[in-house]
Amino acid sequence: MLSKKNLKLLIDPINKNNPITVQVLGICSALAVTVKMKPAFVMALSVIFVVGISNFIISLLRNGIPKRIRIIVQLVVIASLVIIVDQFLKAYVFDVSKQLSVFVGLIITNCIVMGRLEAFAMANSPGKSFLDGIGNGAGYGAILIIVSFFRELFGSGTIWNYRVVPQSWYEAGYSNNGLMILPPMALIIVGIIIWVQRSKNRDLIEKN
Amino acid sequence: MDKNSNKYIFIYSVAMVVIVALVLTSISVFLQPKQKKNIDLEKKRNILSAIKIEYDKNDVEKVFDEYIIEMFVINTEGERIEGINPLEINLKDQLKDSPENQKWPIYIASMPNGEKSYIFSFYGTGLWGPIWGYVALKEDFNTVTGAYFDHKSETPGLGAEIATENFQMKFTGKTIFNENGEFVSIDVRKGGVGNDIHAVDAISGGTITSTGLKNMLHSCFSAYLKFIEKNKN
Repeated sequence: MLSKKNLKLLIDPINKNNPITVQVLGICSALAVTVKMKPAFVMALSVIFVVGISNFIISLLRNGIPKRIRIIVQLVVIASLVIIVDQFLKAYVFDVSKQLSVFVGLIITNCIVMGRLEAFAMANSPGKSFLDGIGNGAGYGAILIIVSFFRELFGSGTIWNYRVVPQSWYEAGYSNNGLMILPPMALIIVGIIIWVQRSKNRDLIEKN
Repeated sequence: MDKNSNKYIFIYSVAMVVIVALVLTSISVFLQPKQKKNIDLEKKRNILSAIKIEYDKNDVEKVFDEYIIEMFVINTEGERIEGINPLEINLKDQLKDSPENQKWPIYIASMPNGEKSYIFSFYGTGLWGPIWGYVALKEDFNTVTGAYFDHKSETPGLGAEIATENFQMKFTGKTIFNENGEFVSIDVRKGGVGNDIHAVDAISGGTITSTGLKNMLHSCFSAYLKFIEKNKN
């Protein structure tokens, strides 16, 4: 199952072909849900689930889907999975689901999901498509978690809601960076990640 | 069958929609009891926040049962209606009804200092969406023990400030009746509130939310007014 080729499907999107930093997809939710680590983590899991399973289902159906309504079929599959995720979040992690609010529903419009269905699942076997979906979801999730780590640390002085900046620092004059909580800072952190990634991996730099 | 024929596409979409509908309905039915429990818990937490009782996340039920000694439903005439669980009441639906048919929940808490506190429920509109909350009055049915407000989608940093403790603290100690015993509600206005015991400072930059809050307090208190006046003396 996990031959070298299949492993590549799983690993590539996390680094060399990352949906956020290389393909620049799914930026909107990456900015919105990364204020704290916990919602970012739940969002990452939700996206991994939706991309993985929808890739698998569409790949299973790929030979039966009428070409003319394939986008509609893909949307129905994605939307159903997102509703299922939303229902489960509301039942089991109510607080997080309140924080994520509308963004869970917006996974439907996340370009990563549809992009993978069109580009990969419509032309590959279910097993491979599943791995590709998990890989892309994980690539998205990894960036979300890195961004939310820095935003929560500098913006709220906590990590996963645990205080890491000691109270004595605040008394000595340290204060949380309010800018970190606002969306523009997420964009700047994503920018920094892209910069670091490209300087380490020169293949990614466009030649022109 | 030709996969691009209309017949195939038609059958395919009908089958797909039916299957999806079945799956989604069964999941929704299966998860509904748990979701409802979460919403009830959330309500109980908000009510406890209004009377400033500390609670542990896992003990909400226990703390609620400990402090809330009575809860019931009244109509706008101030008469009790039996047989309805106040936690089941959705003010959004009630406000759509005509005043004589509306049902309003009341919760009575026994405070740590031995006094009773009456908690009233509120629902109104902010700038972008609904706002709601709970206000607790002392036994004199005049002085505010504490207030809790929340919102669906007010602007963070501006209107959303109504959900912060700093803002809600300002309500404690305010009164809703003036010296002549006339109902004046609590005003939420900008600047110059000073020592006015019937008003709190509005949020700068959150004018529409503040006005919405003021209107919500006035209209919902008015619905409770007959009950309050009956019990006041």
